[in-house]
Amino acid sequence: MKKVYGLPQSLKRADTHYCPGCGHGIVHRLVTQAIDEFNLRNKTIGVAPVGCAVIAYDYWGIDVSEAAHGRALAVATGIKRCLPGHFVFSYQGDGDLASIGLAETIHTANRGENITCIFINNACYGMTGGQMAPTTLLGQVTATTPAGRNPKNLEGWPLMVSEMLSGLKGVSFAARSSVSCPQKVRQTYKYIKEAFNRQIKKEGFSLVEILSPCPTIWQKNPVEAAKWVEKEMAEVFPLGVIKE
Amino acid sequence: MRTDKKDKHRYHRPSGNQRLLMSGNEAMGEAAVCAGCRFYAGYPITPQNELTAYMAKRMPPKRVFIQAESEVAAINMVFGAAAAGERAMTSSSSPGVSLKQEGISYLAGAELPAVIINVARGGPGLGNIASAQSDYFQSTRGGGHGDYYTPVLAPSSVQEAAELVFLSFDIADFYRTPVLILADAIVGQMMEPVNFDFKKKFTKKIPLKKWALGKGKKNNPNVVKSFFLEEGRLAIHNQHLLSKWEEIKKNEQRYCGYQTKDADFLIVAYGSQARIAQEAVDKLRKEKIKAGLFRPVSLWPYPVRALRQAAKEAGKVFVVEQSLGQMVEDVRLSLPGKKVLFLGKAGGGIPQAGQIIEWLKRNK
Ligand SMILES: Cc1ncc(C[n+]2csc(CCOP(=O)(O)OP(=O)(O)O)c2C)c(N)n1
Repeated sequence: MKKVYGLPQSLKRADTHYCPGCGHGIVHRLVTQAIDEFNLRNKTIGVAPVGCAVIAYDYWGIDVSEAAHGRALAVATGIKRCLPGHFVFSYQGDGDLASIGLAETIHTANRGENITCIFINNACYGMTGGQMAPTTLLGQVTATTPAGRNPKNLEGWPLMVSEMLSGLKGVSFAARSSVSCPQKVRQTYKYIKEAFNRQIKKEGFSLVEILSPCPTIWQKNPVEAAKWVEKEMAEVFPLGVIKE
Repeated sequence: MRTDKKDKHRYHRPSGNQRLLMSGNEAMGEAAVCAGCRFYAGYPITPQNELTAYMAKRMPPKRVFIQAESEVAAINMVFGAAAAGERAMTSSSSPGVSLKQEGISYLAGAELPAVIINVARGGPGLGNIASAQSDYFQSTRGGGHGDYYTPVLAPSSVQEAAELVFLSFDIADFYRTPVLILADAIVGQMMEPVNFDFKKKFTKKIPLKKWALGKGKKNNPNVVKSFFLEEGRLAIHNQHLLSKWEEIKKNEQRYCGYQTKDADFLIVAYGSQARIAQEAVDKLRKEKIKAGLFRPVSLWPYPVRALRQAAKEAGKVFVVEQSLGQMVEDVRLSLPGKKVLFLGKAGGGIPQAGQIIEWLKRNK
């Protein structure tokens, strides 16, 4: 019988440490599937963040470097400049990429580094117990916004990372999607492949922002969490290609 | 050792035994290139700007130069380059080196070789841009978080600055550790003749970087990390690092003695301050006062054995620093029971030869 679907070669067979309903596992699968599809397994270097995906190297069957919290794109810059023939991507959460690492993010994008960035937006800090992220929605209750995020308290508005980066000349491709249902997962995969393509064609920085459920922190079951992504998050963070 | 004999795209390559007039900052940059440095990232700060500018001209197109958005970014770019198996360097001055401490701690934890140059200035805070030796504690006690040390080398001339930078890449690769060059503003700024036909050679064989990114095997990829979550694993890693520090302590103590053999009064100073102290020693000798100078070249590991030897006959030990008293603590730790006196100035003050002589005579 012909096998039409299976685990990506670049995805290790390992027990997951992610919570039920978490989006990280789905995106790990998509990224490794793309690595396989482009036949890049022995030419890819990933940079793992500090956040829930800190041990992503336990799942990816490729060479991986850790990076200090927020510094993934600086580390990726060092790697890519030294190994320009390799495919280099960073994988980062919203605290990592959009808060502590925002300077590195903007400048890596603005230099037009030929790097792909996979950005997991779960509207919170997962690993440290659910504090406010720059992407936390207005009114969203977190450990550090117990009354809900409120701009009147000078807690700011959800940071539109992809839109912001799209204004930079160094950015070749930016798109936002989600992993809230199979159709959206397939769309995400298309964007990831397009982002990979841009790097392969040496066109500069490429970014895929992925709205991703965090049922544990949101205190929802996985189905409700997926619905919250579609109904609430996607309202604030419109899905689609932002820069082509 | 990699040299770049085949490099046709060079901007300026001093030939073997030719002597050139250069600033310490430029000479350190050139020495890094001679050592096969392939990657440099830095952020402007006085008094090391000439080094960044030199690398901007000297590195491309075959090697990488990046003006980073901050010292934090620069050191993390160096982390990436080092993880990719290349010889990598960054440089800064005191406030910028404070920012690099995060990255230096990660480099030490992940056992990545890299060279970090600190052309130190006055502090704390923004301080000023004059020469200072007040980053001694930060440099020799790890500096960032966690249980670690970095080898620290302190040049006192332009020639030595170049030689130590050249050597530091080998030390970094051999032990898989970040190495710090602690120069002061005087060493960075002054111009002296220098040649790049280095005499100090690292003799140990440097192993291939099989651990580097891009060199992993399909079923056994390479992971560069300092994170050890499983119970007991970090303790094992820390023990491994400790055994490495012990090895470095044994093998990499460097120093220079001047008129120490019969010295009744031993002066201890490093960096540019040692040059001034040497002048004091010469003048004291003319007055038949048997002074000598001990100059630590490696500040970590501190050359304890050699200092004890040099101080054996000396009744008193006189420590002079461009700080309010930092290295003096290591001298006291090295010489229990010895009378150790201290003369220091901070904030751009430099103890002059005349002041050292007068102070020594008053206290001898
Ligand atoms: C310098 C530093 N500050 C803070 C932390 C603690 N910390 C670890 S992960 C994290 C936030 C993670 O959130 P995010 O990037 O959104 O990823 P997620 O866990 O949600 O996937 C923080 C603040 C750290 N490790 N290092």
